[in-house]
Amino acid sequence: MHARTDATSETLAETTPSWPDDIFAILQRFDVRQVPYVPDAGHSQLIERVLGASAMRAVPLTTEEEGVALLAGAWAGGQRGVLLMQSSGVGNCVNMLSLTQIFRFPFLTLVTMRGEWGEFNPWQVPMGSTTAGVFELSGIKVLRASHPSEVREVVEAAAGQVYNACTPTAVLLSQRLIGAKVFTK
Amino acid sequence: MSTANLLERRRVVSALLAGRKETIVVGGLGASTYDIAAAGDHDRNFYSWGAMGGAVMIGLGVALAQPKLPVVVITGDGEMLMGMGSLATVGLQQPANFTVIVLDNEVYGETGGQASHTAGTVDLVGVARACGIADARTLSTMAEIESFTAAMQDISSGPRFASIKIDSANLERVLASRDGSFIVTRIRGALGYGPI
Repeated sequence: MHARTDATSETLAETTPSWPDDIFAILQRFDVRQVPYVPDAGHSQLIERVLGASAMRAVPLTTEEEGVALLAGAWAGGQRGVLLMQSSGVGNCVNMLSLTQIFRFPFLTLVTMRGEWGEFNPWQVPMGSTTAGVFELSGIKVLRASHPSEVREVVEAAAGQVYNACTPTAVLLSQRLIGAKVFTK
Repeated sequence: MSTANLLERRRVVSALLAGRKETIVVGGLGASTYDIAAAGDHDRNFYSWGAMGGAVMIGLGVALAQPKLPVVVITGDGEMLMGMGSLATVGLQQPANFTVIVLDNEVYGETGGQASHTAGTVDLVGVARACGIADARTLSTMAEIESFTAAMQDISSGPRFASIKIDSANLERVLASRDGSFIVTRIRGALGYGPI
């Protein structure tokens, strides 16, 4: 299970965090219409907001690379989008990320990080350790938010350079921000 | 394998696109893109020269953005197999204006004719149907293709999926544009969207 509501540890915020709502408001303001995603606990609140928004189309994927191709098509058809995924999904995208250079379309992805801050599961560490490097090698700018107070300005900067300057950008949402997942028997 | 009763791919694609009107056409990596170019260059053609496995998802992105226009993906069996999960994603979205057509020659023609999974055990029509694309069928004759061409224009009854078994003969390449910026800017322009 990835549902953070299952966990009761003090490592999780006592109340619902406001930064996912900050992100949602930014996506609305930039007229983002297609939101492909592979679910992650760290994105659960944002995904709920997207599913409840009539102006946005949530598109659950079977694998993250589908989302890169979907956003290229969305742009050809006149719409903006954003891809939501977890760090382990970034590796699934590598070849498809070439579309960002070929089409020079506005590519924004918001990536919840695993394997970097109090991680319990060693299987998350290899991909979590190479996430930023994979993006950089693929020609994608990388910005990072590690504290709730900076999410808004980091995502706003990312959305600005993506949609105004067609500069493909990934925002890494640190595991420190989300909280390490707690595994209980 | 070249079998006399299989359809000739260029003839099939020309028939599929003869009455295209405002249709946006996405080609998959490989010979299907040459077939689309051979049927006539068009400012609503989206050619692929890479990103194998992405054609259906590119088409879905266009289809969701332009629900009033027919959007058709024409790809090959190898390209479709690499993006088979995207049929599940299409099944979930149920875009009524969307059609996926696989030109199935049961081989990887671009790389020397190695057998694909459809030459063996895999039934892509069955996959599409199991993914929730209820209108999934095999087209075997030119008459069936011509009636399907008319159905493709109906933006209220998709998604639909068709597999067409074609002759595996390699034909002369008809080279479409390889410039992604040109291709996407041209389609956007045709739909009334300017550059940033």
